[in-house]
Parts: sequence; C-alpha cells; structure tokens
Amino acid sequence: MSRPAISLQARARLGRWLVSGPPVLYLLVFFAAPALIMVLASFRTPGDFGGLAPLIENGRLDLNLDSYTRFFTESVYAQIFVKSVWYALLTTVFCLLLAYPLAALIARSAKKHRDLLLLLVILPFWSNFLIRIYAWMIILGPNAALARTVNGVLGWLGHEPVPLLFSSFAVLVCLVYVHLPFMVLPLYANLEKHDRALLDAAQDLGAGAWQRFWRITFPLSLPGVYAGAALVFIPALGIFAIPDILGGPEDSLIGNVIKQQFLETRDWPFGSVLSIVLTVAALVLAGAAAWIGRGSLGTPSSTEPARA
Amino acid sequence: MALLEIQNVTRRFGEFTAVDGVSIDIEAGEFFTLLGPSGCGKTTLLRMIAGFDLPDGGRILLNGTDLADRPPEERPVRTVFQSYALFPHMTVEGNIAFPLQMAKTPAAEIPGKIREALEDVRLTGFGKRYPHELSGGQKQRVAIGRALVTHPTVLLLDEPLAALDAKLREEMQIELINLQKEVGITFVYVTHDQTEALALSHRIAVMNKGRVEQIDEPSRLYSFPASRFVADFIGTCNLLEGSVASNAGGIVALEVPGLGTVRVAAAPPAALAAGTIALRPEKIRVQASGAPSAPGDRPDNRFGGTVTEYLYLGDVTVYIVTTPGGRKLETLLANSGAGRTKFFEVGDAVEVSWPVEAGHFIGQ
Repeated sequence: MSRPAISLQARARLGRWLVSGPPVLYLLVFFAAPALIMVLASFRTPGDFGGLAPLIENGRLDLNLDSYTRFFTESVYAQIFVKSVWYALLTTVFCLLLAYPLAALIARSAKKHRDLLLLLVILPFWSNFLIRIYAWMIILGPNAALARTVNGVLGWLGHEPVPLLFSSFAVLVCLVYVHLPFMVLPLYANLEKHDRALLDAAQDLGAGAWQRFWRITFPLSLPGVYAGAALVFIPALGIFAIPDILGGPEDSLIGNVIKQQFLETRDWPFGSVLSIVLTVAALVLAGAAAWIGRGSLGTPSSTEPARA
Repeated sequence: MALLEIQNVTRRFGEFTAVDGVSIDIEAGEFFTLLGPSGCGKTTLLRMIAGFDLPDGGRILLNGTDLADRPPEERPVRTVFQSYALFPHMTVEGNIAFPLQMAKTPAAEIPGKIREALEDVRLTGFGKRYPHELSGGQKQRVAIGRALVTHPTVLLLDEPLAALDAKLREEMQIELINLQKEVGITFVYVTHDQTEALALSHRIAVMNKGRVEQIDEPSRLYSFPASRFVADFIGTCNLLEGSVASNAGGIVALEVPGLGTVRVAAAPPAALAAGTIALRPEKIRVQASGAPSAPGDRPDNRFGGTVTEYLYLGDVTVYIVTTPGGRKLETLLANSGAGRTKFFEVGDAVEVSWPVEAGHFIGQ
C-alpha cells in the first residue's frame, strides 16, 4: 500500500476548489469587476461627446465628487428615487395580497394537481418579457374592451373618460403581473411544508378560522413572505422597460433615468452614481427587512412536525 | 347519565366502514382507553369526539347534549396529538397561553394559570424555551399542559407515548395516572399497545374492524376475554378450539385435536356444539415427567409433552411444550429460584397441568 502523494484533507480542499472555483471566477469577472469599474466611473468626469474624459489629464488624476454633489443637490433625482421605492413597495404589497391566497390554494390542493398549478404560475416565463409588456398595451389600449367598459361606466356616472394606457395604473398593473410568480413560488414552498396537525391543534384549542390563520399560518409563513418580498421589491426598484413602454411622462422611475444617463444624455459618471445609490438602497432595505424578520427566520425549520 | 355517550356511531369512507355502530358510555373522571390494532377505527372515533370528523350515523352526547353541530373550537374537549403539534414559533408559555387567549381569559389571570399548568406537568422553569429546545418527553408534557390549562370536560389522547422510548414511556405512564387523579378530568386514551392500556385505564374498549369487541376493566379483559380476538390481542394466550363432549354441572369438556379432553369451568347454553378455551401461559403448571405433584395441586387437566423451544426473557422464560399429538402450548415460568436461569432444556420430557378454573371458555 503506497502513501498517497497528497493528504486526504488536501485532496478534499482541491476538490472543493474545483467545484466552486469556476462560478467564483465567473462572478469576479462579470459581476465584481464591472461593479468596481462603475464605482471608479462615478468619480470621473464625463467626456465631451459622452463616455468618460481621460483619467489622467495634464499629468494629474482627474477624480472628483461632482456627480455625487449633483445627485444630492438637484432634488428631482431624490424625488424620482422616492417614487421608485414607493412603486416597488406597492408592487410588493399587491403581489403579496394576490400571491398568498394563490400559494395557499396550490399548497392545499391535491398532490397530483400541484405540479400543473405551479406550471401555470411559471407559464408566463415561456414568452418573452417585452412581448408580455406589449401585450398589456393591447389589453389596456383605448379601443380594448377593458378601457371601453371602464369609461362607459365612468361616462354613465358623469365622469370624464380616463386613459388606462400610459399611466401609473398601467405601470403598476404590469409591475405586479410580471413579479407575481416570484412571490408565489417562495410562499408556496413555505406553505406546502406546514404541518396540518398544527391547525388541528389550534382549532382544538379554541381558535376560529381567522385566528388559525393570523396566529399560526401567517407567522410560520414569514420566511416565505420575506423571501418573496425581496425577490419582488429589488427587481421592481430598478425596472425601466415597463415605465418606458406603458407609463406616461410622469412615470419615469430611477431605472429610466439611469438608462437615459447612459444611452441618451451619455453622462456615464452620473449614471454610475445613480446605479450605486440604487444598489446601496436595495442592500440597506434588504438588510433592514432581514433585521426585522430575524426572529422568525431564526427559529429553525419551524414548520416540520415535531418528532421525539 | 354518563358524561360522554357514544350512541350507535358509524363512519364510512367510501366503501370502507371505519367505525361500525359503536356505542360506549364514558363516566365522569374515568380513564377510558380505546384499544385496537391500527385501522380498527379508534382514531376515527377519537376525531369524531374532538369534532374533526362527523359521524354518518348515530350521536355523540356530552352531558346529554348532542355535539353534532359544534365545531372543534367550540367543544369543551381537548386533544393531545401524537405528534404533539406544539406551535414552533411560540415559547412553552406562548403555547400554554394560546388556549387561554382563545377563551378570552383576562390577561392578568394568564401568568398564574401558566404557572399552575407548568407545575402540573413538572416543567416549572421551562416557560421561556422554544419547542425545538425540548426533549420528546418534555414536548409531550407541554402538549398535555396546554390541553389541560382551560380545564376541559374531556381530554383526548391520541397515542401520546408512541414516539417515546420504552423507559421514558413507562415513566410517562405513571405520570399520566397521577396527573389524571390530580386534575380529575375524564381521559379518553387511544392506543394499540395493550400493555399500556392495561397499565393506565380504568376501563378499556377493545376495538376490531370498526366494532367494539368488549368493554371492561383491564383485569377482567385479561382474565375473561369475551371473544377470541380479545383473548389473542390482550397478552399471550393459548386458544384451544374443540367440539363440546360434555356440558354439565358447570364443567364443559372439550375435545381438542392434538391434545385430548380439556375441562373448563363454564356453563354455556346446552345447545353449544363447539367452543374455544383461552388459557394464559402463566396459568399452566410445568414439571418434569414423573415428578410428584405438589400438595393442594388439583390437576384437572394433565398432559405429557416435550419442550421444543424456549425464550429466555430475563425475569421469565417462555417454554413451548409440544404434545405427542403435535399441539404446541405456550407456558411461562418465573425465574425466581436463586441462581436459577432456566428449568428445562429443549428435548426434556415434561408434564403440563392446570385446574378447571385456569382456562376461560369462549362460546364461539
């Protein structure tokens, strides 16, 4: 029996690196490096015809805080920022209100039906994101049945007709529509694990239907609620395609401004500043949510049936 | 009037009849057990008392009132579930406070009641822990404390000790007996474990295939089983079937194939042509062939045989004695003699005997 050339521990370490090395490298090259480039760009001066001015001009390093100063002095950007947070928040709340009953229904349906119902939830992903947004243009369009019905009723009540398309209503409806599956899936994954005996016990101990939900089901589902909220809120915060296509001039969100800075105004440093603020805001809000929810997330695997 | 009256209750699931015309009266303060193999309908019956399931026929009355239109949350009945079903996101105190809050107990009274409940189940000082920080036995106690804190009329226990190991189970059995005495609440206990049922209960209903086979006190169930099923299910039993050879003067003689004529004290109807004698292993006297019988011994039944197997269990040894006719009899001897580990070896010729009162005649 010959001694192995390298120890077992070393081999295990090598194995771990072989498995996790490539994805780590991928993230470093395509995520960390661009992020750092963006941070650097935020301190530079915009070029005369877009892009960036040379980093070293006349023998001196051209780094400044001009773009940051602009963000914090021109209140219009902070306003758009607050509006974006508000839209993302509304989207999250509406998604939660719609997704909870849906996820509960799927979790409680017969096992053989669950896969089909879940498939229906993710079915929209099978068609292109932009196509789905354009589809809403048709649904909400002025000549579609929906707008005609709504305006018919409004007219009958003596109100002016309202446009459904190119409005904050259209933006919100589509934001909720696009993000709904991201709320349903984590909620379902959580609710599906709930132990039916806990609800029986609560009922046996005198709890009516509402109390069973509010005291047992809902607190136990909080990890799913937080996961879903994060999956909806963060992407909704940075979205630009939906306000671009379905929103009016007043519905520009922070994502639209960032896109505008890079592609139209061609002020890369300021676009970078907005991106960084957005990322930091998302991190802070996610961190705050995790901190608020730490109690319920900290209770280990609360939904498993008790075993001796 | 009994506290809990189960009147001709039937429950069907499709073609399957889970509970079939069951009638039981349970008295206030009783420790009553539903005993039977899995699928006998005992848990279905318990769920109907709790209100999680409704009978297809018959009635369940509590204090003379039909429970039919009262949902579980409105019945003065509490259940201890097999999985304990403790709320994992609440502390022990939170769990015990839950039924009090549901009953709208004034907030000022709740801490005192929690303290009492924790004392009752010997968990003082565990109030701030979460269920996942407790052992199986402790979880069990919390479940019982939570169910008892509102002083229900009836406590239902669904195989509550099934998940515990043997030693802890025995401890919990003793605690359950004491607790029931202390609180004086009627316990309805479901189990498939006949030793547990015998140890705990005032009375037992033995169930089989949705029907009640016999309702009686533990010692009477053991000594006087009403059916072959009960005799076989409770403890170990030699079931000797045969045709009735004579039936007079309170003694029945049964012609048992492979054994011979077996006499038993019984007075069944004269027309009965066949029957079964239930004979417990420990009632059979075993001695070496030719040994003198002890004074006062009344061997109304005496047969020769050979020891063909034995099973050493520590305190007792089970000997299987086979008669020349090929009949196997299970016998049991306590290893009480000092230094004695066993009395016989495989192949030893022995004599088995028992008086007429030892067996119990079942007329079927």
